[in-house]
Amino acid sequence: MTTAVRRYPVLVALVIAALFMVLPFLIVTMNAVKSPAEYSANGPLSLPDGLYLDGLKDFWERVDFGQKLLNSVLVSGAVAALAVVLSVLNAYAIGIGRIKGRTWVLAFFVLANVLPQEALVYPIYYLSKEAGLYDTRLSVIIVFTVIQAAFGTYLLSAVLGQFPREIIEAARIDGANKWQVLWRIVVPVSRPTIGVLLVFFFIWTWNEFLLPLVMLISNDNQTVSVALGVLQGQRLMDATMTNAAALLGVLPAIVFFLVFQRTLTRGIAVGAVK
Amino acid sequence: MTVTAEREARAVGKHHHGSPRRPRTRDSYALFLLPGVLAFLLVIVVPFAMNTGVSFTDWQGVGTPDWSGLANYRELLDDSEFWASFRHSLFMVVAMAAVPTVIGLVLAAALFDFVGKHFGSRTAAVLRACFYLPQVLPIAVAGIVWSWILAPDNGSLNELLQAVGLGSWQQDWLGDPDIALYSVMGVMVWVQIGFPLVVFMAGLQRVDPQLYEAAELDGAGWWRRFWHITLPQIRPEIHVVLTWCTIAALKVFGAVYVLTKGGPGGATNVPSYFSFTTFFEKTQVGYGAAISTVLTVIILLLALVGLRLQTRAEDAEEGLRT
Repeated sequence: MTTAVRRYPVLVALVIAALFMVLPFLIVTMNAVKSPAEYSANGPLSLPDGLYLDGLKDFWERVDFGQKLLNSVLVSGAVAALAVVLSVLNAYAIGIGRIKGRTWVLAFFVLANVLPQEALVYPIYYLSKEAGLYDTRLSVIIVFTVIQAAFGTYLLSAVLGQFPREIIEAARIDGANKWQVLWRIVVPVSRPTIGVLLVFFFIWTWNEFLLPLVMLISNDNQTVSVALGVLQGQRLMDATMTNAAALLGVLPAIVFFLVFQRTLTRGIAVGAVK
Repeated sequence: MTVTAEREARAVGKHHHGSPRRPRTRDSYALFLLPGVLAFLLVIVVPFAMNTGVSFTDWQGVGTPDWSGLANYRELLDDSEFWASFRHSLFMVVAMAAVPTVIGLVLAAALFDFVGKHFGSRTAAVLRACFYLPQVLPIAVAGIVWSWILAPDNGSLNELLQAVGLGSWQQDWLGDPDIALYSVMGVMVWVQIGFPLVVFMAGLQRVDPQLYEAAELDGAGWWRRFWHITLPQIRPEIHVVLTWCTIAALKVFGAVYVLTKGGPGGATNVPSYFSFTTFFEKTQVGYGAAISTVLTVIILLLALVGLRLQTRAEDAEEGLRT
């Protein structure tokens, strides 16, 4: 048996490694609440003297952060809901309907899922300009609904493939048609997987960068990710502003993380193995 | 739409209640695939076909593209920038697939097998959460955080080195062409590590604890148990993680955009950033399309190899069982 003497060094090493992982978050938080004067006097590593929130407030107003948050919530929320509906419909046909050629259909969705967005971005940019959808949140919602549904179809088809056939047979004998079976039986029973997908789609869309960067050029339409990425790319921010930006960008992620922690860790496991 | 359809369906259902079952046509399920197929045609298939088509033309984004055959691809072969970007991709594969997989394996085994057993699963879960946190962070935000930490003047890393008496180690981490790529790699390891860790820890729960107990009775130490039991048991997870992380590494864009913009002097340019600048800054759309087509072919091949490895591993496992 391992003795206590041998046990603790491993734990200590792991704790130090974990601290190293969260250290950047701590440093950012520390510096976001320092005044510029304090920052230039004591540098980035000193503990803050007090809470200085004007930097955060200035940044919030300067980039109209509330609008960016709203855009991100709107785009990510709409994508999560629509992509789940699309995934459910696809997976119903593939996993339960077992339509002809389903292996090929599924392979198609898997390949669509790994396709790099670089190979789609210019035509999407061009076509959305032609269609008058360029620089609208709707265009980003449409594109990501489809991209996320590729993964959702792949995952849900595997899950629905294992769905107990007896339940469906019983409902059919009772006279339920396919729509009723889908919405009253399959969807409620698959709620855990659907919940995982909703959370994943929301966070993935929230974090997306390339396509929103290309598609959303006006300030009023940009998401949090794009707005912060563009600001950083312009190299116009001073230290206080950078930290304010970083903290405001980190906070929603931490909130999602705390709220959805269980779903996330469980979901990754489900998604990775099948 | 959905609501009306359902209401109609309900009415029909009531009407048929109690009546003998209609013969089920399997393919009427195909109707459910219709919205998905149309959406995929519009957003994925058509743009992808256009992109591939454009890669055989000379086009500035306006007017009619001029057919140029394989000219773009021939030009790519002689373009040192193109080769450099793919060389940097290999570095990204090391930083985002190889290193996180190895570290993730050791961490997962240590957390699951060691911390979980001796200090309770709560402690293990908290530590796991710390490692996973960077994964939920938008890459743009991670980029802001790190480019400030790695800044040459007043950056936290340089200040920290100064504080512990290693002032001579200070660097312009992202601005020195000899170091920038390694700095970006370091950031990517930090970003990526949580994914393999979480997948491996979930995989370890499948492993029969009796295997470990038997090995322990035989006097096998921790490393030998790790090598001979843990690794073979979670091989499917390792395949999945390596495949997905390699693909993610080839697609890296946001981190490079925010941290270095491919610089200094192209030292951190990667294919996706290279195609982005060719599309939107140089507006050589045909050439950009050729770059992204090459990238796509490589990624699709990798994905196929990955899927094949996975199914083969599953077949082998089933073969063992029967």
